[in-house]
Amino acid sequence: MSSSSGHDVILKLEDISKVYAGTVAVKHANFEVRKGAVNVLVGENGAGKSTLMKIIAGVEQPTAGRILLDGNEVSFSSSGDAVSRGIGMVFQELNLFGNLSVAENIFATRELTNAFRKIDHKEQERRAAEFLEQLEAGIRPDMLVEDLRIGQQQLVEIAKAVALDARILIMDEPTSALSAAEVEILFKVIADLKARGVAIVYISHRLEELIRIGDYITVLRDGRITGQEEMRRVDTQWIVRQMIGSDAKDFAKADGHQPGDEVFRAEEICLPRVTGGLAVDHVSLSLRAGEILGIYGLMGAGRSELFDCIMGRHGQASGRIFIDGKQVRERDTTRRIQRGLALIPEDRQREGLVSILSVASNLTLASLSRFVSLFHIRGAAERQAVTQMVRELAIKVADPAQEVSSLSGGNQQKVVIGKALLTGPKVLLMDEPSRGIDVGAKADVFRTMRKLSRDGLGILFATSDLDEVMALSDRIAVMSNGKLTGMFDRAEATEEAIVAASALGHGPVHGEQRR
Amino acid sequence: MTDIPAKVAAPSASSGSVLLTLMKLRTFIALIAVLVFFSVAAPNFLSAANLILMAKHVALNAFLAMGMTFVIITGGIDLSVGSIVGLCGMVAGYLVLNGIDLQIGYTVYFNVVEIALITLVVGILIGAVNGLLITRLNVAPFIATLGTLYVARGLALLSSDGRTFPNLVGKPDLGTTGFGYLGAGKLLGLPVSIWILLVVALGAAYLARYTPLGRHIFAVGGNERAARISGVRVNMVKMFVYMFSGFCAAIVGLIISSELMASHPATGESFELNAIAAAVLGGTSMSGGRGTIGGTIVGAFVIGILSDGLVMMGVSSFWQMVIKGLVIIVAVVVDQAQRRLQSRVTLMQMAKVG
Repeated sequence: MSSSSGHDVILKLEDISKVYAGTVAVKHANFEVRKGAVNVLVGENGAGKSTLMKIIAGVEQPTAGRILLDGNEVSFSSSGDAVSRGIGMVFQELNLFGNLSVAENIFATRELTNAFRKIDHKEQERRAAEFLEQLEAGIRPDMLVEDLRIGQQQLVEIAKAVALDARILIMDEPTSALSAAEVEILFKVIADLKARGVAIVYISHRLEELIRIGDYITVLRDGRITGQEEMRRVDTQWIVRQMIGSDAKDFAKADGHQPGDEVFRAEEICLPRVTGGLAVDHVSLSLRAGEILGIYGLMGAGRSELFDCIMGRHGQASGRIFIDGKQVRERDTTRRIQRGLALIPEDRQREGLVSILSVASNLTLASLSRFVSLFHIRGAAERQAVTQMVRELAIKVADPAQEVSSLSGGNQQKVVIGKALLTGPKVLLMDEPSRGIDVGAKADVFRTMRKLSRDGLGILFATSDLDEVMALSDRIAVMSNGKLTGMFDRAEATEEAIVAASALGHGPVHGEQRR
Repeated sequence: MTDIPAKVAAPSASSGSVLLTLMKLRTFIALIAVLVFFSVAAPNFLSAANLILMAKHVALNAFLAMGMTFVIITGGIDLSVGSIVGLCGMVAGYLVLNGIDLQIGYTVYFNVVEIALITLVVGILIGAVNGLLITRLNVAPFIATLGTLYVARGLALLSSDGRTFPNLVGKPDLGTTGFGYLGAGKLLGLPVSIWILLVVALGAAYLARYTPLGRHIFAVGGNERAARISGVRVNMVKMFVYMFSGFCAAIVGLIISSELMASHPATGESFELNAIAAAVLGGTSMSGGRGTIGGTIVGAFVIGILSDGLVMMGVSSFWQMVIKGLVIIVAVVVDQAQRRLQSRVTLMQMAKVG
């Protein structure tokens, strides 16, 4: 690993480990960041990339190991600490204040003030305008962040990090919500930063992107670093091999059963966005019993919103849904669940689980009426159902009376799935069912999906993972900008076609592709 | 009432789990401590007459605290209970003395059972107003119930122009006698109000533990969004807890008026604070999702015995306030310490299991 190409190492992680309650996120990682270069970090969901980056950015403290900056050992107790040493980060989750203006966000915690400690808004907006100019996004510095599209918000996040004038800039999936045109602009900005000697750490799982802009590549798998190379010496095969190891992903094979009759149909689902326009734009689709329909789309494509509409979580949504050919006129979630719909939400912590209740209480929360005579919960019946579900889904828990928050992410996800299954659904909506869970739990979840579809359930699942959607779906729907932009049978689907469909209508705001 | 007591620390009696068990029983320990302390320090403290008298005092706060517990478990707060106590007392007193004038030359008088039922309905209705403000109009619970606090108190004062309704003995020829039974009557040697407390407390504990509604109350407080997605009718749950709180307050209004045989419009001022204190002392978490009826009753007893005992010892009422405040603060600090210890012990157990 000699610096043959002349890029100096500016930051070095030595033998870093990070342990959370229940899981080891990073195991003995050694990682070098080089000046004036794009250091790419790649790995599957849950491989530990984000954790590693949070350690560098001072958001998380390592459980063990050393961090060397310019050869000196350092420890960051907070992100402010890291920022003061010239390390900036663009977070995957947007860390913006929606109620403040773009300029105020860019200068948050380092406000420009005059002699009397009064914030100099004019100067802030002028400087912010400079950064935004580089990003060519048509964002005015005095706009409120919550009024921006999600892709624009991401650009603001990037502008904020660039404005730090950092020596090391970490970008965690910066392109996940960007259109193709916006990605090009971002790459220009990156080239510019590189020329100024900034070390960039770039995380993504879009391989084509990485190969284009990366100089060095590091691959993570299951919290371990499995490969570190100069980008010009590697190819796609090498990366994939390091990422997934010898054993390929366990997607549970299709068993070749034929789907039955239509079980679910949505017609003309629309959901207005607060900021104008439609978050879900006239989406119609139909699902057959025993079929798995994958919905692929980028962040902000409207997948989750579509599911929310189907579950009756938005009063202002319009459109019709049918189950077994009969229209569902009930508008509230409770009665839609009774009609046979169930949702496994994307955000487990915020929407899936009541974390302070027990595993058992969480499992039966949506189906309590099944165990009730008159108004008394029959404890024996409830316990039996819980035990059965714990066994069926292989939930690893010593005692179902344990608080659900003490489980690992994968087992928590299984609890959410079990809760939905106990309601006896006909149609299961799964929003990113494999997000943030380990490889073994993923395989379990996929196997469960297969089994459920064999039992005749219709499954709609949303994902932004291309492999996943290709491997699991009987049919693939693609959403972009709230619209359904593609529908493929598995036989005819290609990655190129799906990616192309997912980029439709994602033009910049002043842009050409917008109707 | 749901999960917390069920999760008694594992038999692996490390020092951590012993400490944890002690902390979980803290309210009980505090209760025993005050009992022992005052039986030594205050003469006559342990006499049967005194114990019954104290129980009657405690019961009033315990009713309010039970209603408050459910409200707090859902993540809300009900500041209006004290005013509901006052207003309901006035309603009962007015009906005993004046009946309802139908404006056509007739006045309807109700018997005491009907009066009690009407009063309870008034309490429940004010609770329903709180619930509607919070669920339909999205007013924060603190503000909504602060508003009804003033409105209900104002109505109570208006009902008599600020005067007391005295001498609620009723007239035999109108069938309005017997109002004193609630406050002074005895059944099998115990005051009627204690029996009512027992019935309501058992009902509430059963509700919390064995009914879907009870489970939903905890779910709403633990994570409202997740509860909603799971099909819990969040608004109905919230309506219920505020109506139940109003119901409890109406009972207290009835009992106080009956004990005094008079209704005073200022009755119940600042009762809501005592109720909150009892709930918190009993382990109810102000951030919602945690709490038990049993704990709250014990909490009410600690506060009640503490203040009665201090009175018997002749401690000045100013010092009583200081001491009560300190007890509440200590209770919450211990509660937080227990949470931290609990999560550490859980982590250690998980590490052992592997």
